[in-house]
Amino acid sequence: MQDYFLEVQDLKKYFLAGRPSMFNRAVEQVHAVDGVSLQLRRGEVVAIVGESGCGKSTLALTLMGLEEPTDGKIIFESKEITHANEHDRKLLRQRIQMVFQDPYESLNPTQTIGEIVGEPLDVHGLIHSKSERELKVVKALEDAGLKPAETYMHRFPHQLSGGQRQRVVIAGALVLEPHLLIADEPVSMLDVSIRAEILNLLADLRRTRQISIILITHDLGTVGYFADRIAVMYLGRIVEIGPTHEVLTNPQHPYTKALLSVVPVPNPRLRRERVILQGETPNPIHLPSGCRFHPRCPIVVERCKVEDPAYVETGESHQTACWMVGT
Amino acid sequence: MKRWRYLLGKIGWAFFTILFVLILNFFLFRVLPGDPARAGVHDPRLKKEAIEAIRVRFGLDKPVINCFESLNPIKIGSCDVNPLDTQFFIYVKNLLQGEMGISYHSNRPVVDILAERLWNTILLIGAGQILAILIGVVFGMFAAWKARTSIDYGALIISLVAWSLPTFWLGIILLFWGSNNGLPIGGMQTPGMSSQPFLVRAGDIARHMFLPTLTYTIVYMGEYMLIMRSSLLDVLSEDYILTAKAKGLSMFQVLKDHALKNAMLPLVTVIAINLGFTMAGAVQIETVFSWPGLGLAIYEAVNRRDFPVLQGAFLLIAIAVILSNLIADLMYSYLDPRVHTD
Ligand SMILES: Nc1ncnc2c1ncn2[C@@H]1O[C@H](COP(=O)(O)OP(=O)(O)OP(=O)(O)O)[C@@H](O)[C@H]1O
Ligand SMILES: [Mg+2]
Repeated sequence: MQDYFLEVQDLKKYFLAGRPSMFNRAVEQVHAVDGVSLQLRRGEVVAIVGESGCGKSTLALTLMGLEEPTDGKIIFESKEITHANEHDRKLLRQRIQMVFQDPYESLNPTQTIGEIVGEPLDVHGLIHSKSERELKVVKALEDAGLKPAETYMHRFPHQLSGGQRQRVVIAGALVLEPHLLIADEPVSMLDVSIRAEILNLLADLRRTRQISIILITHDLGTVGYFADRIAVMYLGRIVEIGPTHEVLTNPQHPYTKALLSVVPVPNPRLRRERVILQGETPNPIHLPSGCRFHPRCPIVVERCKVEDPAYVETGESHQTACWMVGT
Repeated sequence: MKRWRYLLGKIGWAFFTILFVLILNFFLFRVLPGDPARAGVHDPRLKKEAIEAIRVRFGLDKPVINCFESLNPIKIGSCDVNPLDTQFFIYVKNLLQGEMGISYHSNRPVVDILAERLWNTILLIGAGQILAILIGVVFGMFAAWKARTSIDYGALIISLVAWSLPTFWLGIILLFWGSNNGLPIGGMQTPGMSSQPFLVRAGDIARHMFLPTLTYTIVYMGEYMLIMRSSLLDVLSEDYILTAKAKGLSMFQVLKDHALKNAMLPLVTVIAINLGFTMAGAVQIETVFSWPGLGLAIYEAVNRRDFPVLQGAFLLIAIAVILSNLIADLMYSYLDPRVHTD
C-alpha cells in the first residue's frame, strides 16, 4: 500500500437538527458527511464537486479540525489527526490552510492587509524581527499576485475588489507555507472574468511550491484543466472518484453523467444528451434506503432501493459506487 | 480627506440641531400656561401693581416676538415693536452671554444652579455608567462565549430582569435595605461635613453615592450585557472568525484580536446615546435618593413651576444628547475603518 500524504477513512460528521428541548429529546441528525474516504498524494490537486448542501464545506471544516468528526479517521503525513489535541492542532494549522468561499466575509474589516497577512506569523512565532515579518508578508502578497505589495499593505479590505480580497486570503494562507491547502469554492463569489485568474494562481502555487490542494466546487466546468482527480459527492458521500480526464470523458455514475450533461461545452457538436434529474435532492436528515441516489436515478433497479452499493473499479484508479456499472 | 468631510458633516449637523432646539425650547415655554405673575393672579392678596412688578422683573411684560413682515404671513405678534425689545431677542442675547435667566423660586441665576447640579449628576452617572459598562461587557462576553449553556441562560435571565426592573422601585427597595445596614439614605453629604479634611469628605460622599450608583448600575448593566452578548454572537459567526481559528489563533486570541473590536461597535453607539439621555434619566434615582443633581432640580422645578430652571435644564439635556450622538459618530468613525477611508 502506498503511503499517502493525506488519508481520510470513512469520515462522518453528523449535526443535530435542532436542539434537544424539554418536549423533544430525540433530536434527528443531519448526515452532512456520511462516510467519505479519500487519499491524496503530495502535490496533488483533487477537486470535490457536488451540488449545494451535499456536505462539501462540512468535509472541509472537518478536515481542518474546525468541526469535530463524528466518526472515521484522518491521517496526515503519517500521523492520525482525527482528534488532535490543542498543541498538535496548532502545529497542524501551519501545514493545512484553508481559503474560504466568500472573500467579502472572510477578512476582518478592522485590520489592514498587512496585519491580516502578517498575523499568522506572529501567532506561530515564525518571525524574529519586524523586517523579517515585512519581508515575508511582501513575499506572500506578491506570490498571491498583489504587486507591488507596498501599495496594498496599509489598505483595508473594503478598499479592494473581490478578486484582490481573495488574493489577500490566499496570501494569508501562503505565508505559513502550508503543505495542504483546502479551498472551499474559492471563486464562486467572484466575477466570471476573474475566476480563471484565481484558479491559475492556485495552479501556479501547486507547480512552484508543491502544495497539495483540495479544491471544492459545484462547477464541473472550471476544474477540468487543473485538478488531477475529481471526486463527485452526493448527499455526504463520494459516489465516483477518478482521474480528471477519465471522469470528464468517461463518467460512470449516473449522477456524474447528469452533472456533466448540463455543463455548457464550447463545441455544440460535442454536446451530450441532457439528463435532467427528477425530483429534489432528498434532505440529509432522512436518507433514502439503499443507494442514496436511487430516488432520482434514471437507471434505478430494485436492488438499489435496498442495498447500498460498494465501490467498483471502473478503470485505472477510477472507482464508482453504483450497482449498474460494470454489469 | 473623506474622514474630514465626514467629521465636518457630523459637526455641522450637531450645530444645526442645537440651534433648532434653542428656538423650540423658547417657544415651548411661552406656549405653556402659568408664569409666576399669572400664578399670583389667583392670589387675592397680590395687588395689580405687585403683579406688574413681577412681570417687569422677569421681563414677561415684553412682547414674545415681533412680527416678521415677510416671513410671517399670519402676522403673529404685533408689528410695531422694536425686534430688539422682544423676549425672544433677549433670550438669545442672554444665551450668547451665557445667561439663562433667574430662577422664579430662589432668585439665583439659573446658570449657577445648573452648573452646581450638573457636576453632581456627572459624578453619579459617571460612576454608574463605568460600572455598568464593565460588568455588562464582561458578563456579555462570558455569556456569548458560553452561549446556550446554563451559564448563558442564567446571565440572560439576570440581565432581562435587571433591565426591566422599574428604576424607582429598585431604588426604594435598595433604600430600605441600605437604611437597615447603616448607609446614608439621602443627600450627598452629612451636614457639617464641609469643614472636614478632603479625604473625610470624599469618603462621606462615596458612602452617600453607594446606593444610587448601585441602582444605576443594576438598571443599565442588563442592557449592556444583552447588547454585548448578541453583538459578540453575531461577530463570532462571521467567516473571519473561522479564518482566524484556521490560522491557529486560540479562542482567547480570537476574542481579543478579532471579535471584541467588531463587537464593541454597536455598544459604543448605545453607550454614548445613553450618556446623553441619562442626564435626564437620573430623575428617578436622584428623586428617590434626594441626590442634588440635575434630575432632582428638574423634579423640583416642575413642582414649583420654575420655568427658567426647567428651560435651562431642558436645553442642557438636549445639548448633552446631541453632543453624545456626535461623540458616538466620532468614536465609530475611529473604530470602523469602513467609515473613514475610501
Ligand atoms: N452547523 C450545522 N448544523 C446543522 N446542520 C448543518 C451545519 N452545517 C451544515 N449543515 C447541514 O449539512 C448539510 C451540508 O452542508 P454543507 O455546508 O457542507 O454543504 P455544501 O456542499 O458546502 O453546500 P454549498 O455548495 O451550498 O456550500 C446541509 O444540509 C446543511 O444544512
Ligand atoms: Mg459550502
